Amino acid sequence: MNKPVKEQQHRQLNLKQKKIKIAVNGLNFFYGKHQVLFDNSIEIYSNTVLAIIGPSGCGKSTHIRVYNRIFQMYRDQRAYGEIIIDGENILLPSYNLIGLRKKVGMIFQKPTPFPMTIFDNVAYGLKLHYKLSKTELHEKVRTALDKAALLSEVENKLDAPALSLSGGQQQRLCIARAIAIEPEILLMDEPTSAIDPIATAKIEELIEILKKNYTIVIVTHNMQQAARIADYTAFFYQGYIVEIGKTKQLFQNPEKKQTEDYITGRFG
Amino acid sequence: MKKNKTECSSLSFSDTIFKSISIISVCLTFIIVTGIFVQLVWNSRESIEKFGFSFLFTQQWNPVTSVFGAASSIYGTLATTVIAMAIAVPLSILVALFLSELAHPLISKFVGICIELLAAIPSIIYGMWGLFVFAPVMSKTLQPFLQKNFGFLKIFNGHKIGIGVLTAGIILAVMVLPFITSVVCDVFKMVPNVLKESAYGMGSTTWEVTHKVTIRYGLSSIVGACFLGLGRALGETMAVTFVIGNRHKISASLFDAGNTIASTLANEFAEASEPLYLSSLIELGLVLFVLTFIMQVLAQFWLAKMKKSFGGGL
Amino acid sequence: MRLRPMYARQIVDMSVKLISVLSSLIGICVLVLIIYEVIARGIAACSLSFFTELPAPPGMGEGGVANAIIGTLIITVLASLIGVPVGLLAGIFLAEFGKDTKFSEVTIFILNVIIGIPSIIIGLFVYTVLVKPFGSFSGYAGAVALAIIMLPVIARTAQDMLLLVPNSLRESAFALGMPYWRVILSVVFRYARSGLTTAILLAIARVSGETAPLLFTALNSQYWIESLTQPTANLTVTIYNYAISPYTDWQQIAWGASLLIMIGVLTVNIFARLVFKPKFR
Repeated sequence: MNKPVKEQQHRQLNLKQKKIKIAVNGLNFFYGKHQVLFDNSIEIYSNTVLAIIGPSGCGKSTHIRVYNRIFQMYRDQRAYGEIIIDGENILLPSYNLIGLRKKVGMIFQKPTPFPMTIFDNVAYGLKLHYKLSKTELHEKVRTALDKAALLSEVENKLDAPALSLSGGQQQRLCIARAIAIEPEILLMDEPTSAIDPIATAKIEELIEILKKNYTIVIVTHNMQQAARIADYTAFFYQGYIVEIGKTKQLFQNPEKKQTEDYITGRFG
Repeated sequence: MKKNKTECSSLSFSDTIFKSISIISVCLTFIIVTGIFVQLVWNSRESIEKFGFSFLFTQQWNPVTSVFGAASSIYGTLATTVIAMAIAVPLSILVALFLSELAHPLISKFVGICIELLAAIPSIIYGMWGLFVFAPVMSKTLQPFLQKNFGFLKIFNGHKIGIGVLTAGIILAVMVLPFITSVVCDVFKMVPNVLKESAYGMGSTTWEVTHKVTIRYGLSSIVGACFLGLGRALGETMAVTFVIGNRHKISASLFDAGNTIASTLANEFAEASEPLYLSSLIELGLVLFVLTFIMQVLAQFWLAKMKKSFGGGL
Repeated sequence: MRLRPMYARQIVDMSVKLISVLSSLIGICVLVLIIYEVIARGIAACSLSFFTELPAPPGMGEGGVANAIIGTLIITVLASLIGVPVGLLAGIFLAEFGKDTKFSEVTIFILNVIIGIPSIIIGLFVYTVLVKPFGSFSGYAGAVALAIIMLPVIARTAQDMLLLVPNSLRESAFALGMPYWRVILSVVFRYARSGLTTAILLAIARVSGETAPLLFTALNSQYWIESLTQPTANLTVTIYNYAISPYTDWQQIAWGASLLIMIGVLTVNIFARLVFKPKFR
């Protein structure tokens, strides 16, 4: 599992953070005959936040949609290569999808509360995966809402429909729903792009806290956001990973010309 | 759109005539609906006067003694409809699940057309098929099976002659199936992909996504579809007439022969020589009309209301 | 926390999927079985005399349903002649003149309700209006009953089709100085042609297989059709009468007639679906 770290810069990190959670090797992705990801390779360390940036249509969302194999919902989408999570290649057909998705939670661009109450939304995943008594369930739901910094706002209306919440609250509800089942990895696909700045700030704070317990991969088109919250940043362009490195380094001292052009706003 | 309106207000002579004709056509529909109600009431006045409300609760139907009651027909209508819905609703949801989620698009299209053609087959052919092909099979397979395993229930204990309330209900289920399936399928396709993605993303299986998220999302439309299917099942005539046995008696067993309002009408109309007999039959029709009318109105209101509340979307 | 066993959930999921596939198979099987049985049993009845002769009494052998074939054609055509124009006009009103008005909203509501009224009730209604007062069952009454069944179906689908026609098309026709009725008939209709054709064909196919409304109106007859003011022979009621008779040769004829009706209805259905190429959507 402890493969030699490729790049020099990771050396300074402490031992715990050196543990590789996700290793992507030569990932290629196709929509029908159209290839959108080319030979992506990346290593993501435990309990860090990796931000993926790049112009729209560069394949950054597609890339993380492979991590939980959600792309398999669609008939014409195929992925080749390997993605090693905790030492196992999750792209093997034999890898259990349910287990994978319990381990790898996902937050989407738009809040996607289910058409049920706030409580039921969070309880949904718990009921799927665990056998719980009523009190246990109740407790778990409250803990999850608390972790998502939403509990105080919804404490008195857990039985209200989830759709009655504001957009920012809905997104935090989705985070609560995802972390309720205790995943190890959280994928976030532009989680704040449909939300106002104040709610965005709350979610960013939340990510800061969540990274203590989870490995987070966040796709964002907002470079400031990446700079604020991410430990590492990867720059995608036209399906290729152009550059990956520590956030500070990538933004202040990019190695590649393309990266520099992008972050200085010379294209895209 | 505005352009239309201004044109309308400045219609030429020929346009005025054309518009008037189209309005008359529309008014015809109103005339028909009120006409049906008025005519049925008027033509059943003898029976209404003679029997009053007891018509609805009397089981006896005896042309010889001129005592007519609708109870057994109403019971049969409801019983066959309940059986039909109990079979058709879950089956439709499963078929819709196959069409919208599981099947390859090409297969889905082919199966979809087959299901639609099921709705196109005239009901009299269902009747023929039910009587000559399905009923004998019923009496040899399903009925003995049910009696053997569930015979302690009165509804599954009786003469295994093939025709009867249960057979009629099953045939009705097949006839209603396409209508509900097509609506449920539309509903399944309307559910936003992101919603399904997030449900799958939590580690749900296809079935868990379907019954906990998708069906819940489209529940109102599905209920509306069931109402419409219900209306069809209530009034279906020929298929039922062939296989129900036409007997004016409420029987505990679903194997026994019975009748429905529509089957009584189809079966006995030609024999009705007495004015009271005829007017009782027409009153039966009135009962069916009111029943389906209420069902339709409820369904329409429900669907309209749901459309509005869904307008905002997710 | 105790985990719910994954394999149990997956087994449930697989079983539901399996049942779902089976359900669809059942649907197809029923369709195939019905078609197969009708063909297998009906084909034997299809001799030359079946198409050319009058019904024979039971046991007399060779007999036909020629009069019923003609009767069904006449009644269906007549019903279409009444139902299609009226339905189209109502559809035009809903989509053009009365668009977005309270009145058309109510009309749509009523039309949907009529679509849901059992056809046997329509038959009963026409009986009270056109049969009882005139003292005789008649082909005309049968045609009217079928026309009433067609009307709301055609009106609603016509409305839907016309609403799909882009407004720019109407506007450019108006700009040429056409009166509204010509805009509708020549431009709007032309654009919506394939959709309207499908709707009309499906409606005709549907009523041509109707039995219940004809029982109280056209009834049936053993003779050639001389006048539509008399009971008129038709296939569906013939099927009904012959099928419930105890004579096997009559039942045989009923299967033959079923085959005819089924071929007709399914052909029109499949044809209509092929013709319709959804260009808007």
